[in-house]
Amino acid sequence: MNAIEVHNLSKSYGKVQALDNVSFSVERGELFGLIGPDGAGKTTLFRLLTTLISPDSGRAEVDGFDIVKNYHEIRSCVGYMPGRFSLYPDLSVEENLNFFAALFGVTVEDSYELIAPIYKQIEPFRTRRAGKLSGGMKQKLALSCALIHRPKVLFLDEPTTGVDAVSRSEFWDMLSTLKEHGLTILVSTPYMDEASRCDRIALCNEGRILSINTPKGIVSGFDRQLYGIKSKNMFALLERARRSEGVIDCYPFGEKHHLITNEVFDIEQFKIQFCDVKDLEIEPIEPTIEDVFIKLMKR
Amino acid sequence: MSDIVISVRDLTKCFGNFTAVDRISFDVRKGEIFGFLGANGAGKTTAMRMLCGLSYPTSGSGSVAGFDVMREGELIKRHIGYMSQRFSLYNDLTVWENMRLFAGIYGLSAKQTEERATELLNRLNFSSERNTLVGSLPLGWKQKLSFVIATIHRPEVVFLDEPTGGVDPVTRRQFWEMIYEAAEGGTTIFVTTHYMDEAEYCTRVSIMVDGEVRALDTPFRLKQQFAAESMDEVFRVLARGAKRGG
Repeated sequence: MNAIEVHNLSKSYGKVQALDNVSFSVERGELFGLIGPDGAGKTTLFRLLTTLISPDSGRAEVDGFDIVKNYHEIRSCVGYMPGRFSLYPDLSVEENLNFFAALFGVTVEDSYELIAPIYKQIEPFRTRRAGKLSGGMKQKLALSCALIHRPKVLFLDEPTTGVDAVSRSEFWDMLSTLKEHGLTILVSTPYMDEASRCDRIALCNEGRILSINTPKGIVSGFDRQLYGIKSKNMFALLERARRSEGVIDCYPFGEKHHLITNEVFDIEQFKIQFCDVKDLEIEPIEPTIEDVFIKLMKR
Repeated sequence: MSDIVISVRDLTKCFGNFTAVDRISFDVRKGEIFGFLGANGAGKTTAMRMLCGLSYPTSGSGSVAGFDVMREGELIKRHIGYMSQRFSLYNDLTVWENMRLFAGIYGLSAKQTEERATELLNRLNFSSERNTLVGSLPLGWKQKLSFVIATIHRPEVVFLDEPTGGVDPVTRRQFWEMIYEAAEGGTTIFVTTHYMDEAEYCTRVSIMVDGEVRALDTPFRLKQQFAAESMDEVFRVLARGAKRGG
Protein backbone atom coordinates (compact mmCIF):
# COMPACT_ATOMS: atom_id res chain seq x y z
CA MET A 1 0.00 0.00 0.00
CA ASN A 2 1.29 3.44 -0.93
CA ALA A 3 1.41 6.21 1.66
CA ILE A 4 -0.50 8.57 -0.63
CA GLU A 5 -2.77 7.70 -3.57
CA VAL A 6 -4.38 10.47 -5.59
CA HIS A 7 -6.80 9.71 -8.44
CA ASN A 8 -8.24 12.37 -10.74
CA LEU A 9 -8.56 14.90 -7.96
CA SER A 10 -10.18 18.24 -8.88
CA LYS A 11 -11.09 21.30 -6.87
CA SER A 12 -12.31 24.71 -7.92
CA TYR A 13 -13.09 27.91 -6.05
CA GLY A 14 -15.85 29.65 -7.99
CA LYS A 15 -14.51 30.07 -11.50
CA VAL A 16 -10.92 29.30 -10.54
CA GLN A 17 -9.89 25.70 -11.22
CA ALA A 18 -7.29 25.30 -8.47
CA LEU A 19 -6.66 21.60 -9.09
CA ASP A 20 -7.46 19.96 -12.38
CA ASN A 21 -7.69 16.16 -12.54
CA VAL A 22 -4.48 15.38 -10.69
CA SER A 23 -3.23 11.81 -10.14
CA PHE A 24 -0.07 10.50 -8.50
CA SER A 25 1.12 8.25 -5.72
CA VAL A 26 3.80 8.46 -3.06
CA GLU A 27 5.52 5.34 -1.74
CA ARG A 28 6.13 4.71 1.93
CA GLY A 29 9.30 6.36 3.15
CA GLU A 30 9.55 8.52 0.07
CA LEU A 31 10.54 12.18 0.06
CA PHE A 32 8.26 13.50 -2.66
CA GLY A 33 8.43 17.10 -3.90
CA LEU A 34 5.72 19.22 -5.52
CA ILE A 35 7.67 21.80 -7.49
CA GLY A 36 5.85 24.80 -8.91
CA PRO A 37 5.09 28.50 -8.66
CA ASP A 38 2.23 30.21 -6.79
CA GLY A 39 -1.10 29.21 -8.31
CA ALA A 40 0.09 25.70 -9.20
CA GLY A 41 -2.45 24.17 -6.79
CA LYS A 42 0.07 22.95 -4.23
CA THR A 43 -1.70 24.38 -1.19
CA THR A 44 -5.10 23.15 -2.39
CA LEU A 45 -3.65 19.67 -2.72
CA PHE A 46 -2.26 19.83 0.83
CA ARG A 47 -5.57 21.04 2.20
CA LEU A 48 -7.39 18.19 0.45
CA LEU A 49 -4.97 15.52 1.64
CA THR A 50 -5.04 16.78 5.23
CA THR A 51 -8.90 16.72 5.06
CA LEU A 52 -9.34 20.46 5.61
CA ILE A 53 -11.42 20.75 2.43
CA SER A 54 -13.29 18.24 0.23
CA PRO A 55 -12.67 17.60 -3.46
CA ASP A 56 -15.20 18.39 -6.20
CA SER A 57 -14.38 15.08 -7.86
CA GLY A 58 -11.84 12.29 -7.77
CA ARG A 59 -10.57 10.48 -4.71
CA ALA A 60 -7.47 10.15 -2.59
CA GLU A 61 -6.11 8.00 0.22
CA VAL A 62 -3.54 8.81 2.87
CA ASP A 63 -2.06 5.84 4.75
CA GLY A 64 -4.88 3.74 3.31
CA PHE A 65 -7.66 6.05 4.55
CA ASP A 66 -10.08 7.83 2.24
CA ILE A 67 -9.82 11.62 2.55
CA VAL A 68 -13.61 12.06 2.64
CA LYS A 69 -14.92 8.99 4.47
CA ASN A 70 -12.06 8.42 6.91
CA TYR A 71 -10.98 11.97 7.57
CA HIS A 72 -10.89 11.35 11.31
CA GLU A 73 -8.23 8.63 11.03
CA ILE A 74 -6.16 10.73 8.68
CA ARG A 75 -6.02 13.67 11.06
CA SER A 76 -4.33 11.63 13.74
CA CYS A 77 -1.72 10.05 11.49
CA VAL A 78 -0.50 13.03 9.51
CA GLY A 79 1.59 16.06 10.43
CA TYR A 80 0.95 19.32 8.60
CA MET A 81 3.05 22.44 8.41
CA PRO A 82 1.08 25.09 6.50
CA GLY A 83 2.78 27.74 4.41
CA ARG A 84 1.92 30.52 6.82
CA PHE A 85 3.14 30.43 10.40
CA SER A 86 0.14 29.14 12.32
CA LEU A 87 1.34 28.50 15.85
CA TYR A 88 0.23 30.66 18.76
CA PRO A 89 2.41 33.80 18.80
CA ASP A 90 1.53 34.61 22.41
CA LEU A 91 2.48 31.18 23.72
CA SER A 92 6.13 30.39 24.37
CA VAL A 93 8.13 27.87 22.36
CA GLU A 94 7.65 25.26 25.08
CA GLU A 95 3.94 26.02 25.55
CA ASN A 96 3.25 25.62 21.84
CA LEU A 97 4.97 22.25 21.82
CA ASN A 98 3.15 21.06 24.95
CA PHE A 99 -0.15 22.27 23.53
CA PHE A 100 0.21 20.25 20.33
CA ALA A 101 1.38 17.22 22.30
CA ALA A 102 -1.74 17.50 24.52
CA LEU A 103 -4.03 17.79 21.49
CA PHE A 104 -2.77 14.46 20.18
CA GLY A 105 -2.66 12.84 23.63
CA VAL A 106 1.10 12.34 23.72
CA THR A 107 3.93 13.81 25.76
CA VAL A 108 6.96 15.72 24.52
CA GLU A 109 9.18 13.06 26.12
CA ASP A 110 7.58 10.30 23.97
CA SER A 111 8.72 11.96 20.77
CA TYR A 112 11.78 13.76 22.01
CA GLU A 113 14.33 11.67 20.13
CA LEU A 114 12.46 12.25 16.84
CA ILE A 115 12.28 16.02 17.19
CA ALA A 116 15.60 16.46 19.04
CA PRO A 117 17.80 17.26 16.00
CA ILE A 118 15.45 20.15 15.20
CA TYR A 119 14.11 21.17 18.60
CA LYS A 120 17.55 21.30 20.25
CA GLN A 121 18.40 24.29 18.05
CA ILE A 122 15.56 26.35 19.54
CA GLU A 123 15.49 24.83 23.04
CA PRO A 124 17.72 27.62 24.45
CA PHE A 125 14.79 29.97 23.65
CA ARG A 126 12.06 27.74 25.08
CA THR A 127 10.57 30.50 27.24
CA ARG A 128 10.46 33.03 24.40
CA ARG A 129 7.08 33.81 22.88
CA ALA A 130 6.71 32.20 19.44
CA GLY A 131 5.73 35.54 17.90
CA LYS A 132 9.14 36.94 18.89
CA LEU A 133 11.17 34.25 17.12
CA SER A 134 13.10 34.86 13.91
CA GLY A 135 11.81 33.31 10.68
CA GLY A 136 14.21 30.38 10.82
CA MET A 137 13.37 29.58 14.44
CA LYS A 138 9.61 29.76 13.79
CA GLN A 139 10.09 27.26 11.02
CA LYS A 140 11.94 24.86 13.35
CA LEU A 141 9.26 25.18 16.01
CA ALA A 142 6.49 24.58 13.47
CA LEU A 143 8.26 21.46 12.24
CA SER A 144 8.73 20.21 15.83
CA CYS A 145 5.00 20.71 16.50
CA ALA A 146 4.05 18.92 13.27
CA LEU A 147 6.15 15.91 14.36
CA ILE A 148 5.12 15.72 18.00
CA HIS A 149 2.60 12.86 17.56
CA ARG A 150 4.99 10.82 15.35
CA PRO A 151 2.93 11.09 12.18
CA LYS A 152 3.29 8.54 9.40
CA VAL A 153 2.99 11.12 6.66
CA LEU A 154 4.37 14.64 6.93
CA PHE A 155 2.94 17.46 4.77
CA LEU A 156 5.14 20.53 4.40
CA ASP A 157 3.69 23.39 2.38
CA GLU A 158 6.47 25.66 1.12
CA PRO A 159 8.63 25.39 4.25
CA THR A 160 11.52 27.25 2.59
CA THR A 161 9.71 30.13 0.88
CA GLY A 162 11.32 33.46 1.70
CA VAL A 163 14.15 31.69 3.51
CA ASP A 164 17.77 32.46 2.57
CA ALA A 165 19.85 29.99 0.57
CA VAL A 166 21.90 28.72 3.53
CA SER A 167 18.93 28.14 5.87
CA ARG A 168 17.14 26.43 3.01
CA SER A 169 19.84 23.88 2.52
CA GLU A 170 19.99 23.27 6.31
CA PHE A 171 16.24 22.64 6.25
CA TRP A 172 16.65 20.01 3.55
CA ASP A 173 19.38 18.34 5.63
CA MET A 174 16.81 18.06 8.46
CA LEU A 175 14.31 16.41 6.08
CA SER A 176 16.90 13.83 5.04
CA THR A 177 17.40 12.98 8.71
CA LEU A 178 13.64 12.59 9.25
CA LYS A 179 13.40 10.33 6.23
CA GLU A 180 15.75 7.92 7.98
CA HIS A 181 13.03 7.45 10.62
CA GLY A 182 10.82 5.97 7.88
CA LEU A 183 8.55 8.99 7.54
CA THR A 184 6.83 9.67 4.23
CA ILE A 185 7.25 13.34 3.36
CA LEU A 186 5.30 15.38 0.83
CA VAL A 187 6.90 18.80 0.48
CA SER A 188 6.21 21.70 -1.87
CA THR A 189 8.57 24.42 -3.03
CA PRO A 190 8.73 27.14 -5.67
CA TYR A 191 12.56 26.84 -5.76
CA MET A 192 13.57 24.59 -8.63
CA ASP A 193 17.07 24.09 -7.23
CA GLU A 194 15.62 22.19 -4.27
CA ALA A 195 14.15 19.47 -6.49
CA SER A 196 17.36 17.43 -6.48
CA ARG A 197 16.95 16.84 -2.73
CA CYS A 198 13.77 14.75 -3.34
CA ASP A 199 13.45 11.07 -4.27
CA ARG A 200 10.79 11.93 -6.83
CA ILE A 201 9.16 15.16 -7.89
CA ALA A 202 6.03 16.38 -9.64
CA LEU A 203 6.36 19.58 -11.64
CA CYS A 204 3.09 21.49 -11.20
CA ASN A 205 1.64 24.55 -12.86
CA GLU A 206 -1.84 26.09 -12.92
CA GLY A 207 -3.56 23.16 -11.24
CA ARG A 208 -1.94 20.45 -13.33
CA ILE A 209 1.00 18.10 -13.07
CA LEU A 210 3.35 18.59 -15.99
CA SER A 211 5.66 15.67 -15.25
CA ILE A 212 6.46 13.14 -12.50
CA ASN A 213 9.79 11.38 -12.18
CA THR A 214 13.04 11.22 -10.24
CA PRO A 215 15.00 14.48 -10.55
CA LYS A 216 17.45 12.68 -12.85
CA GLY A 217 14.62 11.20 -14.90
CA ILE A 218 13.01 14.61 -15.34
CA VAL A 219 16.24 16.12 -16.59
CA SER A 220 17.01 13.24 -18.94
CA GLY A 221 13.67 13.89 -20.63
CA PHE A 222 15.02 17.17 -21.98
CA ASP A 223 15.57 16.31 -25.63
CA ARG A 224 17.13 19.50 -26.98
CA GLN A 225 20.79 20.53 -27.19
CA LEU A 226 21.47 23.24 -24.66
CA TYR A 227 24.34 25.75 -24.62
CA GLY A 228 25.44 28.30 -22.06
CA ILE A 229 26.46 31.64 -23.55
CA LYS A 230 27.87 34.79 -22.02
CA SER A 231 29.52 38.07 -22.92
CA LYS A 232 30.00 41.44 -21.29
CA ASN A 233 26.70 42.95 -22.44
CA MET A 234 24.30 40.18 -21.47
CA PHE A 235 21.09 42.04 -22.31
CA ALA A 236 22.14 42.80 -25.90
CA LEU A 237 23.37 39.22 -26.31
CA LEU A 238 19.98 37.87 -25.23
CA GLU A 239 17.99 39.77 -27.84
CA ARG A 240 20.43 38.98 -30.62
CA ALA A 241 20.78 35.27 -29.79
CA ARG A 242 17.00 34.86 -29.92
CA ARG A 243 17.02 35.91 -33.57
CA SER A 244 19.76 33.45 -34.61
CA GLU A 245 19.17 30.46 -36.81
CA GLY A 246 18.43 27.19 -35.07
CA VAL A 247 17.65 28.90 -31.76
CA ILE A 248 14.32 27.87 -30.25
CA ASP A 249 14.67 29.90 -27.09
CA CYS A 250 17.19 31.92 -25.15
CA TYR A 251 16.69 33.09 -21.58
CA PRO A 252 18.80 34.39 -18.68
CA PHE A 253 20.06 31.74 -16.28
CA GLY A 254 22.24 33.36 -13.65
CA GLU A 255 25.71 34.03 -14.92
CA LYS A 256 24.93 32.67 -18.41
CA HIS A 257 22.06 32.66 -20.85
CA HIS A 258 20.68 29.27 -21.80
CA LEU A 259 20.38 28.73 -25.51
CA ILE A 260 17.95 26.01 -26.62
CA THR A 261 18.65 24.82 -30.15
CA ASN A 262 17.19 22.55 -32.83
CA GLU A 263 18.83 20.37 -35.54
CA VAL A 264 19.53 23.38 -37.77
CA PHE A 265 21.80 25.01 -35.19
CA ASP A 266 25.52 25.04 -36.00
CA ILE A 267 27.84 26.24 -33.26
CA GLU A 268 30.59 27.27 -35.70
CA GLN A 269 28.09 29.34 -37.69
CA PHE A 270 26.91 30.91 -34.46
CA LYS A 271 30.46 31.89 -33.49
CA ILE A 272 31.06 33.43 -36.94
CA GLN A 273 27.81 35.34 -36.71
CA PHE A 274 28.86 36.72 -33.33
CA CYS A 275 32.53 37.34 -34.23
CA ASP A 276 32.12 41.04 -33.41
CA VAL A 277 31.35 40.07 -29.78
CA LYS A 278 34.96 39.59 -28.69
CA ASP A 279 34.35 38.07 -25.30
CA LEU A 280 31.62 35.63 -26.38
CA GLU A 281 31.75 32.29 -24.58
CA ILE A 282 29.61 29.36 -25.69
CA GLU A 283 29.69 25.75 -24.50
CA PRO A 284 27.31 22.80 -24.39
CA ILE A 285 25.81 22.33 -20.92
CA GLU A 286 23.52 19.91 -19.09
CA PRO A 287 19.92 21.00 -18.55
CA THR A 288 18.51 21.60 -15.07
CA ILE A 289 15.03 20.99 -13.64
CA GLU A 290 14.25 24.65 -14.31
CA ASP A 291 15.07 24.24 -18.03
CA VAL A 292 12.63 21.33 -18.20
CA PHE A 293 9.99 23.36 -16.37
CA ILE A 294 10.37 26.30 -18.75
CA LYS A 295 10.11 23.96 -21.74
CA LEU A 296 6.96 22.29 -20.38
CA MET A 297 5.38 25.65 -19.58
CA LYS A 298 5.99 27.01 -23.05
CA ARG A 299 4.71 23.91 -24.82
CA MET B 1 22.22 66.70 -10.89
CA SER B 2 24.43 64.23 -9.14
CA ASP B 3 25.03 60.77 -10.55
CA ILE B 4 24.70 59.22 -7.09
CA VAL B 5 21.11 58.34 -6.25
CA ILE B 6 21.63 56.65 -2.90
CA SER B 7 24.52 57.48 -0.62
CA VAL B 8 24.78 56.34 3.00
CA ARG B 9 27.58 56.54 5.56
CA ASP B 10 27.70 54.57 8.82
CA LEU B 11 23.94 54.14 8.79
CA THR B 12 22.91 52.47 12.04
CA LYS B 13 19.63 51.37 13.59
CA CYS B 14 19.30 50.11 17.13
CA PHE B 15 16.23 48.67 18.82
CA GLY B 16 16.98 48.91 22.54
CA ASN B 17 20.42 47.37 22.92
CA PHE B 18 20.12 45.35 19.70
CA THR B 19 21.98 46.82 16.71
CA ALA B 20 19.89 45.67 13.72
CA VAL B 21 21.93 47.64 11.17
CA ASP B 22 25.54 48.38 12.05
CA ARG B 23 27.31 51.29 10.29
CA ILE B 24 26.57 50.44 6.68
CA SER B 25 28.05 52.66 3.94
CA PHE B 26 27.60 52.55 0.18
CA ASP B 27 26.70 54.56 -2.92
CA VAL B 28 24.30 53.55 -5.68
CA ARG B 29 24.71 55.24 -9.06
CA LYS B 30 21.99 56.28 -11.47
CA GLY B 31 20.81 53.41 -13.68
CA GLU B 32 22.44 50.72 -11.58
CA ILE B 33 20.68 47.49 -10.65
CA PHE B 34 21.83 47.19 -7.05
CA GLY B 35 21.26 43.75 -5.49
CA PHE B 36 20.75 43.88 -1.73
CA LEU B 37 21.34 40.40 -0.36
CA GLY B 38 21.61 38.91 3.09
CA ALA B 39 20.63 35.97 5.24
CA ASN B 40 17.34 36.08 7.15
CA GLY B 41 17.79 38.33 10.15
CA ALA B 42 20.84 40.09 8.68
CA GLY B 43 19.10 43.48 8.82
CA LYS B 44 18.04 43.89 5.18
CA THR B 45 14.45 44.87 5.94
CA THR B 46 15.49 47.38 8.61
CA ALA B 47 18.04 48.92 6.24
CA MET B 48 15.54 49.10 3.45
CA ARG B 49 12.94 50.78 5.67
CA MET B 50 15.45 53.52 6.48
CA LEU B 51 16.27 54.04 2.80
CA CYS B 52 12.56 54.28 1.95
CA GLY B 53 11.88 56.91 4.60
CA LEU B 54 9.79 54.55 6.74
CA SER B 55 12.07 54.68 9.74
CA TYR B 56 14.77 57.08 10.91
CA PRO B 57 18.32 55.86 11.56
CA THR B 58 19.74 55.93 15.08
CA SER B 59 22.96 57.41 13.70
CA GLY B 60 24.87 57.92 10.49
CA SER B 61 24.07 60.04 7.47
CA GLY B 62 22.95 59.76 3.89
CA SER B 63 20.60 60.73 1.13
CA VAL B 64 18.13 59.00 -1.16
CA ALA B 65 16.98 60.73 -4.36
CA GLY B 66 18.48 63.95 -3.01
CA PHE B 67 16.77 63.92 0.39
CA ASP B 68 18.26 63.45 3.83
CA VAL B 69 17.60 60.03 5.38
CA MET B 70 17.92 61.51 8.88
CA ARG B 71 15.24 64.19 8.49
CA GLU B 72 13.32 64.01 5.23
CA GLY B 73 11.57 60.64 5.33
CA GLU B 74 8.30 62.11 4.04
CA LEU B 75 10.02 63.66 1.01
CA ILE B 76 11.89 60.43 0.28
CA LYS B 77 8.59 58.51 0.25
CA ARG B 78 7.17 60.86 -2.36
CA HIS B 79 10.17 60.55 -4.66
CA ILE B 80 10.89 56.83 -4.71
CA GLY B 81 9.00 53.85 -6.08
CA TYR B 82 8.35 50.81 -3.88
CA MET B 83 7.10 47.33 -4.66
CA SER B 84 6.57 45.11 -1.64
CA GLN B 85 6.99 41.39 -1.27
CA ARG B 86 3.29 40.93 -0.76
CA PHE B 87 1.07 41.81 -3.69
CA SER B 88 -0.29 45.22 -2.79
CA LEU B 89 -2.56 46.38 -5.58
CA TYR B 90 -6.32 46.39 -5.06
CA ASN B 91 -7.87 43.18 -6.38
CA ASP B 92 -11.36 44.65 -6.61
CA LEU B 93 -10.25 47.62 -8.70
CA THR B 94 -9.53 47.37 -12.42
CA VAL B 95 -6.05 47.76 -13.92
CA TRP B 96 -6.83 51.34 -14.87
CA GLU B 97 -8.40 52.20 -11.50
CA ASN B 98 -5.30 50.93 -9.69
CA MET B 99 -3.11 53.08 -11.91
CA ARG B 100 -5.30 56.13 -11.35
CA LEU B 101 -5.31 55.57 -7.59
CA PHE B 102 -1.53 55.35 -7.26
CA ALA B 103 -0.95 58.18 -9.74
CA GLY B 104 -3.31 60.30 -7.64
CA ILE B 105 -1.49 59.44 -4.43
CA TYR B 106 1.76 60.58 -6.03
CA GLY B 107 0.12 63.81 -7.19
CA LEU B 108 -0.07 63.31 -10.95
CA SER B 109 -2.69 65.42 -12.74
CA ALA B 110 -5.53 63.74 -14.65
CA LYS B 111 -3.77 64.50 -17.93
CA GLN B 112 -0.40 63.19 -16.73
CA THR B 113 -2.10 60.06 -15.37
CA GLU B 114 -3.82 59.33 -18.67
CA GLU B 115 -0.60 59.79 -20.64
CA ARG B 116 1.57 57.81 -18.28
CA ALA B 117 -0.93 54.96 -17.84
CA THR B 118 -1.40 54.61 -21.58
CA GLU B 119 2.36 54.56 -22.11
CA LEU B 120 2.90 51.91 -19.44
CA LEU B 121 0.01 49.73 -20.60
CA ASN B 122 1.35 49.83 -24.15
CA ARG B 123 4.80 48.88 -22.98
CA LEU B 124 3.35 45.90 -21.10
CA ASN B 125 1.19 44.92 -24.08
CA PHE B 126 -1.63 45.29 -21.64
CA SER B 127 -3.92 47.88 -23.20
CA SER B 128 -6.72 45.35 -23.75
CA GLU B 129 -6.79 44.58 -20.00
CA ARG B 130 -7.33 48.19 -18.98
CA ASN B 131 -10.78 47.47 -17.56
CA THR B 132 -10.04 44.02 -16.16
CA LEU B 133 -10.31 43.51 -12.41
CA VAL B 134 -6.80 43.03 -11.06
CA GLY B 135 -7.98 40.10 -8.92
CA SER B 136 -8.72 38.06 -12.02
CA LEU B 137 -5.25 38.47 -13.55
CA PRO B 138 -2.69 35.65 -13.37
CA LEU B 139 -0.03 36.16 -10.69
CA GLY B 140 2.76 36.88 -13.15
CA TRP B 141 0.79 39.71 -14.75
CA LYS B 142 -0.03 41.15 -11.34
CA GLN B 143 3.67 41.28 -10.50
CA LYS B 144 4.51 43.06 -13.75
CA LEU B 145 1.65 45.49 -13.18
CA SER B 146 2.87 46.16 -9.62
CA PHE B 147 6.27 47.03 -11.03
CA VAL B 148 5.03 49.54 -13.59
CA ILE B 149 2.69 51.10 -11.02
CA ALA B 150 5.69 51.51 -8.70
CA THR B 151 7.25 53.61 -11.48
CA ILE B 152 4.11 55.55 -12.45
CA HIS B 153 5.44 58.86 -11.05
CA ARG B 154 8.84 58.34 -12.76
CA PRO B 155 10.83 57.95 -9.56
CA GLU B 156 14.63 58.15 -9.76
CA VAL B 157 14.91 54.94 -7.79
CA VAL B 158 12.61 51.94 -7.30
CA PHE B 159 12.90 49.60 -4.32
CA LEU B 160 11.85 46.02 -5.07
CA ASP B 161 11.47 43.74 -2.06
CA GLU B 162 11.67 40.13 -3.27
CA PRO B 163 9.62 40.93 -6.36
CA THR B 164 9.83 37.43 -7.84
CA GLY B 165 9.07 35.25 -4.79
CA GLY B 166 6.85 32.34 -5.83
CA VAL B 167 6.69 33.50 -9.45
CA ASP B 168 7.04 30.85 -12.19
CA PRO B 169 10.42 30.59 -13.97
CA VAL B 170 9.18 32.04 -17.26
CA THR B 171 7.51 35.09 -15.70
CA ARG B 172 10.46 35.57 -13.36
CA ARG B 173 12.70 36.04 -16.39
CA GLN B 174 10.23 38.37 -18.11
CA PHE B 175 10.19 40.39 -14.93
CA TRP B 176 13.98 40.72 -14.97
CA GLU B 177 13.87 41.86 -18.59
CA MET B 178 11.53 44.65 -17.45
CA ILE B 179 14.05 45.57 -14.74
CA TYR B 180 16.84 45.69 -17.34
CA GLU B 181 14.76 47.92 -19.60
CA ALA B 182 13.92 50.31 -16.77
CA ALA B 183 17.59 50.49 -15.75
CA GLU B 184 18.68 51.15 -19.34
CA GLY B 185 16.18 54.02 -19.34
CA GLY B 186 18.03 55.51 -16.35
CA THR B 187 15.86 54.30 -13.47
CA THR B 188 17.92 53.08 -10.53
CA ILE B 189 16.85 49.68 -9.19
CA PHE B 190 17.40 48.55 -5.60
CA VAL B 191 16.34 44.91 -5.31
CA THR B 192 16.34 42.09 -2.75
CA THR B 193 16.04 38.43 -3.69
CA HIS B 194 16.59 34.91 -2.39
CA TYR B 195 17.19 33.58 -5.92
CA MET B 196 20.95 33.50 -6.33
CA ASP B 197 20.74 33.34 -10.14
CA GLU B 198 19.08 36.77 -9.95
CA ALA B 199 22.06 38.13 -8.03
CA GLU B 200 24.08 37.52 -11.23
CA TYR B 201 21.78 39.93 -13.12
CA CYS B 202 22.68 42.87 -10.88
CA THR B 203 25.25 45.55 -11.74
CA ARG B 204 26.59 45.34 -8.19
CA VAL B 205 25.64 43.24 -5.20
CA SER B 206 25.98 43.89 -1.49
CA ILE B 207 25.72 41.08 1.03
CA MET B 208 24.69 41.79 4.61
CA VAL B 209 25.68 39.56 7.52
CA ASP B 210 24.85 40.32 11.17
CA GLY B 211 23.84 43.91 10.43
CA GLU B 212 26.96 44.79 8.43
CA VAL B 213 27.66 44.97 4.72
CA ARG B 214 30.33 42.29 4.43
CA ALA B 215 30.83 42.34 0.67
CA LEU B 216 30.01 44.79 -2.10
CA ASP B 217 31.12 44.57 -5.71
CA THR B 218 30.12 43.38 -9.17
CA PRO B 219 29.10 39.70 -9.30
CA PHE B 220 32.23 39.04 -11.39
CA ARG B 221 34.63 40.55 -8.86
CA LEU B 222 32.84 38.98 -5.87
CA LYS B 223 33.28 35.56 -7.43
CA GLN B 224 36.98 36.32 -7.99
CA GLN B 225 37.41 37.64 -4.48
CA PHE B 226 35.86 34.53 -2.91
CA ALA B 227 37.30 32.12 -5.49
CA ALA B 228 33.74 30.97 -6.13
CA GLU B 229 32.03 29.52 -9.18
CA SER B 230 28.71 31.26 -8.60
CA MET B 231 27.03 33.94 -6.51
CA ASP B 232 25.33 31.12 -4.65
CA GLU B 233 28.76 29.99 -3.41
CA VAL B 234 29.78 33.54 -2.48
CA PHE B 235 26.58 33.92 -0.49
CA ARG B 236 27.06 30.61 1.29
CA VAL B 237 30.62 31.42 2.34
CA LEU B 238 29.49 34.73 3.86
CA ALA B 239 26.18 33.62 5.37
CA ARG B 240 27.65 30.54 7.05
CA GLY B 241 29.72 32.85 9.21
CA ALA B 242 26.57 34.57 10.51
CA LYS B 243 26.20 34.67 14.28
CA ARG B 244 22.61 35.91 14.37
CA GLY B 245 19.97 33.17 14.06
CA GLY B 246 18.06 33.18 10.80
